[in-house]
Amino acid sequence: MNSEDQDANKIGRADFFKGALGCTALAWGSMTLYPIFCYLNPKAGDQEDETQVSSLEVCKVKDLPPGSGRNFRFGSTPAVIIHTKDGEIHAFKAICTHLGCTVQYQQQKDNIYCACHGGQYDAHDGKNIAGPPPKPLTALVVKIDKDKIIVSQS
Amino acid sequence: MSGNTKLKNGLQAFLDERFNISSLLQIADKKKVPIHKHAVWYYMGGIATMYLAVQFITGILLMIYYVPEISSAHASILKINSKIDFGWFIRSLHSWGANLLIAILFAHLFSTFFMKAYRRPREFTWLTGLLLMVICMAFGFSGYLLPWDDVSFFATKIGLDIAAKTPLIGETVANMLRGGEHIGQATISRFFAIHVIVLPAALLALLGVHLLLVQMHGMSAPSSFNDLPEAKQTYEKFFPDFFYKDILVWILAANVLFALVMLNPWGIGPEADPFAPAPVGIKPEWYFLSMFQFLKLIPPMVGPIEGELFGMVLMGLAALGFVILPFVDNGKSKAWSRFATIFGLLILTGMILLSIWGALS
Repeated sequence: MNSEDQDANKIGRADFFKGALGCTALAWGSMTLYPIFCYLNPKAGDQEDETQVSSLEVCKVKDLPPGSGRNFRFGSTPAVIIHTKDGEIHAFKAICTHLGCTVQYQQQKDNIYCACHGGQYDAHDGKNIAGPPPKPLTALVVKIDKDKIIVSQS
Repeated sequence: MSGNTKLKNGLQAFLDERFNISSLLQIADKKKVPIHKHAVWYYMGGIATMYLAVQFITGILLMIYYVPEISSAHASILKINSKIDFGWFIRSLHSWGANLLIAILFAHLFSTFFMKAYRRPREFTWLTGLLLMVICMAFGFSGYLLPWDDVSFFATKIGLDIAAKTPLIGETVANMLRGGEHIGQATISRFFAIHVIVLPAALLALLGVHLLLVQMHGMSAPSSFNDLPEAKQTYEKFFPDFFYKDILVWILAANVLFALVMLNPWGIGPEADPFAPAPVGIKPEWYFLSMFQFLKLIPPMVGPIEGELFGMVLMGLAALGFVILPFVDNGKSKAWSRFATIFGLLILTGMILLSIWGALS
């Protein structure tokens, strides 16, 4: 290898500093962006109103006649309780499995309905029966203690 | 020379030395607008800028009384609407103005598209315009939540849940925008910051580039005009001829806004209750309606892919078409030109039909 070839392979001072400047800018950029990302990224449990419940009394049986339903708050989750026309009581998390809207009991059709995109669920088992929902609703356990309706996490 | 003229000349020389005004005036003097039968569409960008100015002014005024706090947000809008003098007027101008701005931007976007104004060397004028459209829709989405009424709550919920379906980054981005898993105080704070600082800053910067490029390349003319022999190509001067007409059109557009505000002041729904069921008949704003209806038509699962994701990929591909076309349809190939027209017509007709269907269903 002659000396000219060697010179061609060498990185000049200007090129070296250009490269170093680029690397420094990249490192500095990431060092700046990382704390900003962490600052903005929410942690689990950040939301103060988060409340965990395992079981709660929703209402008295006489307050929920057959063919009626009501939405209630199950900790931080919206939930729905239904007394079907054939006399069964069921409870589900009221979060539509499609895009997370809050569902409601539809008296005329005796099913659960999501007003956002028209999804429908069976009021007995929460199964998705029409519209876009891909999965059934999450069921909650219902117990009747004397005349009180107690709902708990399944 | 009279004292007055001397003073005027002196002032002119003083300003010229400091701000190089004479060269700016020369540029302004050279600016010309082609005269042809489609020239009416040249007014759209100007009207959009005027409506944008209304949004900035009314937005700043609304910030004086709006409280971005979960238990006060709705009440503060109610107060603006009912207790503050002319509060209803300012808020209605902002809400109606936002809708008119988006409508005019659609007209601007599709008219420039069909006149093929995106062709070389204006590809980046077109791309900055597309980005400005996205920013304005983001303005609409972020501003919609702030009054914290029942419809705005669920609209935001659905929008962010759709965004969360984006592979890899979707969930992180949606969580960062929401400030957690649920829509609440954190979401209001974040959307407020995005709506009043982040988006306006991005918009102003991008609008600056967009307008600079428009000045740099001059007004684009459709091929029907460019194909004419040079002697038959007629122009008018921007200053003062077109500018005066621009002002007249702004006044007309402002009157449309004022008429809508007076005839139908913007209301507010009941306060959002995250535990109440979604209100029956809930629909997004009209400019998201075609996307909403399109997603509604897709089954929950398309093969192994979730319906929403599949729909988003299809809409993404359509959007990509608008990004790529300027680089393919450069005016030299008739086939590409025809393809661009058909593509634009299909998207526009699809959007109109889906929006009507969504509104009626």
